[in-house]
Amino acid sequence: MSDSPPQAAAWHDIVLASLKANNVKLITYVPDRVLTPLIKALHADPFFTTFATAREEEAIGIVTGAWMGGMRGALLMQTSGFATIPNALASLVCPCQIPALLFVSERGTLGEFNLGQAMVCKTMRPVLDALGMENHTITRQDELSFILDRSIKQAVATQAPVAFILSPLLTGGKVFAQ
Amino acid sequence: MSQTQTGAIGAHNAKVMNRFALTKRVVDKLKHEEAVIGGIGNANFDLWAAGQRPQNFYMLGSMGLAIPIALGVALAQPRRHVLALEGDGSLLMQLGCLTTVATLAPKNLTMIVWDNGIYQITGGQPTASASTADLVTIARGCGIANAAWAADEDDFDRLVAAALSRGGPSLIAARIDEKPAVATTDRDPVRIKANFMQGIGVK
Repeated sequence: MSDSPPQAAAWHDIVLASLKANNVKLITYVPDRVLTPLIKALHADPFFTTFATAREEEAIGIVTGAWMGGMRGALLMQTSGFATIPNALASLVCPCQIPALLFVSERGTLGEFNLGQAMVCKTMRPVLDALGMENHTITRQDELSFILDRSIKQAVATQAPVAFILSPLLTGGKVFAQ
Repeated sequence: MSQTQTGAIGAHNAKVMNRFALTKRVVDKLKHEEAVIGGIGNANFDLWAAGQRPQNFYMLGSMGLAIPIALGVALAQPRRHVLALEGDGSLLMQLGCLTTVATLAPKNLTMIVWDNGIYQITGGQPTASASTADLVTIARGCGIANAAWAADEDDFDRLVAAALSRGGPSLIAARIDEKPAVATTDRDPVRIKANFMQGIGVK
């Protein structure tokens, strides 16, 4: 890690910096409360082309097309959104060997208040493992930059997708609002 | 329904044409290495049969994603025109993508929808566009102003030419018959991807 990390750096600053350092310009997302500061910062930075899609599956198609056209792309979503994309992963991203970068804000654990989120969360890692997809659950900010930078480079070098599961331990998660 | 700016007033006034014949008409107009994304099934198969251009990408799964894939290519290569060929059933599966296209309004994207009113490859079950849904009206409602039914082959040619020269996304819908595709694609996804990327100058 660097000798003097900026005191004020938040997890989303590090994600943005890692994307930029690796020339990942196309950012698609389906909104999520926890990801909001990251999404706002991406929109505010003209380096990135950032926009929302109607569905996560659609964003998978867009990121695939962008990669084939020479532009690196990422998809931001929450756990329930991941549950909508296994077909697109299994029939497009994995067989075509597309280094799609998936950022999943983890709902359903460590204080979840919504039973639906808690149940869908249990399907995420088994699906990633069944697809043989590289995935990392990130819990610590001091490991975030290393994991993202190395894994994005690996995804591109090996032409394989990767999923980053952003734990509430990293982001603070979503808390029950009375 | 208000009268359309171009093409037929509604699907019911459009001539029923043939997908392979129209696909050939599209491909014949491509003179600038335009990229073409073929949707799953017969849209794909007839694109393959119309000539295996290096700038063609053939989807093997991921039903409904031809337009999103085309949008991604269009964003990555703004100076290349990109076309998506999609079936009615596939578009109905991913209608939300039309709102994304309208919001981003890429100047270099043309969407062509083959509407035979059936899920042809799965046994001919009727789609909603066979009876109640009008795909051009839906596209306009999503914000795609340049959306039209092709009244006949000549009108189709004119709409494609206009779309290729226009500064904004276009959707052209064509009523087609139930004839099956004339060939099937190769099914090696890695090779298809590599050929396509090479064809559009990426590697």
